[in-house]
Amino acid sequence: MDATDTSHPDYYHRVVDCQWACPAHTDVPEYIRLIAQGRYTDAYLVNRQSNVFPGILGRVCDRPCEPACRRGRVEEKPVAICRLKRVAADLREDLDGRLPKIPQLKNGKRIACIGAGCASLTVANDLLPLGYEVTIFERYGLPGGLMRSNIPSFRLPERVLDEEIGMILGMGVDLRLGTPVESLRAMLEQGGFDAVFVGSGAPKGKELTLPGREAASANVHIGISWLESVAFGHTERIGERVLIIGVGNTAMDCCRTSLRLGASEVKVMARKPRGFFKASPWELEDAEEERVEIIVNRSPKAFVVQNGRLTGMRFECMEYELDARGRILSERVSGEEFLPADDVILAIGQENAFPWIERDLGIEFDRWDVPVVDAQTFQSTRAGVFFGGDAAFGPKNIIWAVEHGHQAAISIHRHCQGEPIAERTAPQVTLHSRKMGMHEWSYANDYAPIERRLVPHVSLKERFKKLDIEVELGFSAEQAAEEAQRCLNCDVQTVFAAKLCIECDACMDICPVDCLTITGNGPEAELRTRLKASATNVAQPLYVSGALPQTGRVMVKDEDLCVHCGLCAERCPTAAWDMQKSHVHWPHAADEAAALEARKPKIA
Amino acid sequence: MTYITKPKLTHPSLPQNALGMTRRAYEGALSTLCAGCGHDSVTAAIVEACWRLALEPQNLVKLSGIGCSSKTTAYFVSGAHGFNAVHGRMPSIATGANAANRRLAYIGISGDGDTLSIGLGQFCHAIRRNLDMLYMIENNGVYGLTKGQFSASADIGSRAKKGEVNRQPPIDPVLLALDLGATFVARGFSGDKQQLVPLIEAGLQHRGFALIDILSPCVTFNDHEGSTKSYAYTREHDEPAVQADFVPREAPILVEYAPGEAREIALHDGSRVVLRKAAEAYDPTNREAAGAAVKARMAAGEYLTGLIYLDPEGGSGEFHALNGTPQEPLNALPFESLCPGSTGLHKVLGRYR
Repeated sequence: MDATDTSHPDYYHRVVDCQWACPAHTDVPEYIRLIAQGRYTDAYLVNRQSNVFPGILGRVCDRPCEPACRRGRVEEKPVAICRLKRVAADLREDLDGRLPKIPQLKNGKRIACIGAGCASLTVANDLLPLGYEVTIFERYGLPGGLMRSNIPSFRLPERVLDEEIGMILGMGVDLRLGTPVESLRAMLEQGGFDAVFVGSGAPKGKELTLPGREAASANVHIGISWLESVAFGHTERIGERVLIIGVGNTAMDCCRTSLRLGASEVKVMARKPRGFFKASPWELEDAEEERVEIIVNRSPKAFVVQNGRLTGMRFECMEYELDARGRILSERVSGEEFLPADDVILAIGQENAFPWIERDLGIEFDRWDVPVVDAQTFQSTRAGVFFGGDAAFGPKNIIWAVEHGHQAAISIHRHCQGEPIAERTAPQVTLHSRKMGMHEWSYANDYAPIERRLVPHVSLKERFKKLDIEVELGFSAEQAAEEAQRCLNCDVQTVFAAKLCIECDACMDICPVDCLTITGNGPEAELRTRLKASATNVAQPLYVSGALPQTGRVMVKDEDLCVHCGLCAERCPTAAWDMQKSHVHWPHAADEAAALEARKPKIA
Repeated sequence: MTYITKPKLTHPSLPQNALGMTRRAYEGALSTLCAGCGHDSVTAAIVEACWRLALEPQNLVKLSGIGCSSKTTAYFVSGAHGFNAVHGRMPSIATGANAANRRLAYIGISGDGDTLSIGLGQFCHAIRRNLDMLYMIENNGVYGLTKGQFSASADIGSRAKKGEVNRQPPIDPVLLALDLGATFVARGFSGDKQQLVPLIEAGLQHRGFALIDILSPCVTFNDHEGSTKSYAYTREHDEPAVQADFVPREAPILVEYAPGEAREIALHDGSRVVLRKAAEAYDPTNREAAGAAVKARMAAGEYLTGLIYLDPEGGSGEFHALNGTPQEPLNALPFESLCPGSTGLHKVLGRYR
């Protein structure tokens, strides 16, 4: 193998699995260390810089960081990253002037954002400090988009939502509530905006066209619309027996909301076996804790209506043949079943819809009637019109929408400054040693053998009393301090200087997880088999040094299970190994502005 | 100055030996030697060898004297028996223990000071008695614990860290052992575990006295230019005699050697040492030739390493055979056979009247 190029910004970034998996590249280990020190406000601000809504995401993020967490490979369970984020938000003090400053003097550029959801709010958050005037158009009477309308308040309390949205609105957004955009042409031609950002989400729930659908329509609801009408207080009751069709996260919100609106028997109907569920494992867990029954292998066949009223649904019972890896080889219908129901909620997916965008504006739509959007710049095929969030690439999660907003803000800034939008500032990684002295590091390098802490919940008896009782109580400061110890500090990198190595083997001998080997070089696949512990997880890179001075062999490190304990560096007599904290500079609009500013000729 | 202990967690795919134990189960306390000390690599090699042999920790005895090297016994197989003897007197303790219980495996760890200066007499007599033990010298040419004075193994012309040149000739433990009739003589290098681990395995299985002299650089006082026992010097002047692979008794023969390429020597317990020829033809069963080869290399400023001499029969005068020690450990013998009783005692005393 060639020597690893650790100067590439991706190399050390990738070692920090959580940060690499986070669409917004949140500096997870850094904020967890701050929480461990009780510096909640600082931890909150580290979060806010990349994910903008720490309090909201600390409750409802899809947490791509957690399945990626190295602790989950070393032990069974990852660090409770998401719940620690909430601790920073819950326990922080007043931000007291630590939010970005908004200049009095504007730069003369006006930006329109359509939809007051997380993507548009992020665009506003990034552009207002640069002097832009941002107008957000929202069809409902409250801002927040799907965060408000589709996430039930027992998971995400209104005050948290209001507080974090308020921080951005407080920067001086011109918010137009109850103002749906009916025509993009009118906005482009008469609005006087320098750029338009479409962050209107994916507001259309998928329909299930089956016999009896129309006759039953009074008791058949589209999941996201139903949640919306609950959120805005239009729906307050549901029947006793409820069937939820679909088993994604929306289905989980629908079944749990039903229980709080009078239902006593809620069944979630899944077409396929458990391994195929779309819902996140923890959302399934929470629903099952509330005694929601999940019935697998039932494919909806018809709505059954008697005397003009829904009485239930007929399902086909499915059987699947799976292969060793759990993939479906074949399926067959083994029978039929009728399940009685007073109401049915359809939660089988959602789509974006743009009836208000005229098709002759130069904005190209693909064959699924979805706008063509550049995955890096988020610009449509018409210059100056950008898309982000669910409106860009279909339904994803809040954290994705936030990153779309950040990237679109960079594009909008370059666009407004007359710079080519694709030539953006590249990410950078800087390294700083954590060595303080003999056996002393400025991070807690010892491995803490503690199991994942469980978040306390409100009792089953209490939680159904009101719709907006938040079920999760969040970690206390003490629990958070314990959980924080589980973080492996993956951003404190093992940095190797081949020219200093005397091949004494000390690092290899001490490594608790056998991730270091000094050996002859070879092709990667073969090298992986003859390391001290064979490196079977090919998703994790091997570090290969240059030739070592004494024998010409190479130092190989399998990044997979390194616990960043620093013992290799402690045992190294020549400081060829050092523990250095990597900081990933993932550019936002402000960095882009600073870079552009620095390039301008200085006038004395 | 505080430091963390090695975390207990392990790589999940760590292999297990016949006892169902991973290599980690053969570790000991965390070393307090200098970072980069050759001795710590020797420790790792012992751990590896004991794991491979699937030794039961309670059947192993670790003995040492005084010095940096003698701290090593604390750092491997924490479940074994241990004895830290007076400076240079480890062979006496080993002799007593061996006489009392021949069923245990004995590893003695010593250094060039402990063996070649204060303990030279003890060392020579342990060889002469052909004690059934593995005696390892962690040889670095300096007294590390007293700040790096030359030891009795320092080569003529070798420079100390501050610049003085050594003018006294070295005592070479390998030549000494060959002369005194040791039946297993090897030299290794702490930085070459591929060579060292099989030597330790074979040495532990050998019946009779097995010596491994290990060049184990002192990273603090003897790893500079001008030293003849530094990592760099040893690597440059290491001349392997033969590559010895250890094949345990139960192991099937997996590697086929072409005729003339390898030679097998069976040890008493049925395990085998497979010798593969290095650059030149070398016969490790010829004591005189072995001695000559060591001397020739020494004259060229080189170290002959590997399995230098092996008498698989352990010689005629193996300690237990010679002294008629009982098969059963003394602590398992019934009181009647241990104590002659007053009549028996009178008989014994009668012989001296």
